[in-house]
Amino acid sequence: MADTVQRRPGARPAPRPGQPLPRLPARTRAATFVRRHKLAPYLLLAPALAGIALVLLWPLAQVALFSFQNYGLPQLTGAAPTQWVGLANFTATFSDPEFWLSLRTTVVFAAVVVPLTLVTGTAIGLLLNRLGRKMSAFVAGAALLAWATPPTAGAVLFYWLFNPDGGLVDWGLSRLPHWLVGSTNWAQYNWTTTGALQAYTVLTLLVLWTSFPFVAVTVLAGLKTVPAELHEAARVDGANRWQVFWKVTFPLLKPIFLVLLLLSVIWDFNIFTQTYLITGFPGNQNEYNLSLYIYDKAFGFPPSYGLGGALALIFTLIVLVITVGYVRTSVRHGALT
Amino acid sequence: MTATQPRIAPAAGGRAGGGRSRARTARQARTVSRNGIGLIIALVTLFPIFWMVSTAFKPSQEIYSLTPSLLPIHPTLGNFSRVISGQASGIGSVWLFFRNSLSVTLATVLIASVVSLLASVAVARFRFRLRASFLVMLLIVQMIPGQALIIALFVDFNKLGLLENLGGLVLVYAAQALPVSIWMLRNFVATVPRELEEAAAIDGASAPRIFWRILFPLVMPGLVATSIFSFITAYNEFVVALTFLGQAHSTYTLPIYVTYFFGRGGAQWGPIMAASTLYTVPVLVFFMLVRRRLVGGLVAGAVKG
Repeated sequence: MADTVQRRPGARPAPRPGQPLPRLPARTRAATFVRRHKLAPYLLLAPALAGIALVLLWPLAQVALFSFQNYGLPQLTGAAPTQWVGLANFTATFSDPEFWLSLRTTVVFAAVVVPLTLVTGTAIGLLLNRLGRKMSAFVAGAALLAWATPPTAGAVLFYWLFNPDGGLVDWGLSRLPHWLVGSTNWAQYNWTTTGALQAYTVLTLLVLWTSFPFVAVTVLAGLKTVPAELHEAARVDGANRWQVFWKVTFPLLKPIFLVLLLLSVIWDFNIFTQTYLITGFPGNQNEYNLSLYIYDKAFGFPPSYGLGGALALIFTLIVLVITVGYVRTSVRHGALT
Repeated sequence: MTATQPRIAPAAGGRAGGGRSRARTARQARTVSRNGIGLIIALVTLFPIFWMVSTAFKPSQEIYSLTPSLLPIHPTLGNFSRVISGQASGIGSVWLFFRNSLSVTLATVLIASVVSLLASVAVARFRFRLRASFLVMLLIVQMIPGQALIIALFVDFNKLGLLENLGGLVLVYAAQALPVSIWMLRNFVATVPRELEEAAAIDGASAPRIFWRILFPLVMPGLVATSIFSFITAYNEFVVALTFLGQAHSTYTLPIYVTYFFGRGGAQWGPIMAASTLYTVPVLVFFMLVRRRLVGGLVAGAVKG
């Protein structure tokens, strides 16, 4: 610090040899140090990096370690030593038919719900764009409320709507004529325990209800950026509405659709809260999706953090493979500038 | 896509006047049907929320009635009073869990806002090594499934004695909110003209003063948007709270309380819906109030991200 002072004559008299160096205030010295070493960005980043490293990155690394160990309840309490078990957790996972069933459920669910959400959301976004201002605000407001309902409250609510004892859906279906709804006895029909198909029908409606608003509002915001002249020109050239959407709107909004697609895939692939509540975890194992299966292996009885870790690792790798698409789309559109 | 009725093209050879009025009628019909579809969508979307609130005010013989009615015939506050007295759940009054949720959420919002603002200034204002890597890391990290992290976090927090502790939840929620918050905020920081800060610096303002007097007010809309995001993250979070809080009933947050109730079966739908209403309605009101900013921030995140 002293030479900084000496290089600036007039700021402070240079110390005579033999005399102790004058002490600058600690704050000034720290500021000089930061400036000289260009530390400012690193200091500003430090708290965020610490938080992300401790709560997101380090646990991921640990999970990777667990997946090669026999880490369970005795190891957690220290009653038994941790042992390396090689690939045993992975072979146990891959030889478990329940794993493949839950993976299939997860993939099929995402394959049904993602297109359904995107198509519904886009259609409603297009409608919002053509409605008058008041009506548009009303419909968007209603959608916002569905989106803002906490997932737990939404799941409990749908569980109640589809409940066999007093639920509204069973009551409604039992009033409808047989030619319309089939000969099933809908009164007291149990949606959540009869089978995976029934439970996931409820889940599909629930997820559609919560996630179409985000798609609709995002598409609407995108539509506002499309110049009206483009649509008019296409209409003048004789294009019908379907053609205008696919030839004009869709190409212009493609980046938005791509982000929406990737986010929806990731959300519906990861879904936990709603499946946990609607299937009544730990109820019927046949109704597990991958998230529930992992949770059951890790925290069920007996808890096995090693097995759960191996599964979590597989799960994360699948999601990261999907994420590569998201990152590449973002980077290509100049997200890093 | 949305208007399903056939479009009527003006008759080419017809009388001009007749064609025009027919076209006008067709246009009016389209507007009416569009509004009709819009109205149906809005009502269907609102119905589950309406049904939750309606059930909450019904006495139990109406809830399990063989002919359910849309509105409570004899509205009652009984479900709410059983939820407030703690009689319905047996683990405490709903206010206790409300307070837990509120303190966790506010602490998360505060910490996440400050930390992400600092980081976004670094990313938007400085060019440094590893900047691009940091940004890519943010994108990837926000995609790590929570279920993957929770296993290791459970083991670590168990060792640190942070399970069954609201502070532990705040730590996890704030960190989870960081990637998206930084990602959103840096766009807002980048739009503040650098010249403003330079002018203030020439006038002799110190770095902290520039930050508080110039950058901070201008970034405020962005901070509101990211605060809403961290608010949702913390207020809605389920799996971490479920795993960490275990059987420590007095530390339960609202989502765990509502589902605790629900998980015990016995079908107390009146109190469950009353509790869900108390959990949901404050957020819905809040969201309607901040609606414009919310939509702007969300869209900024999705469209630019």
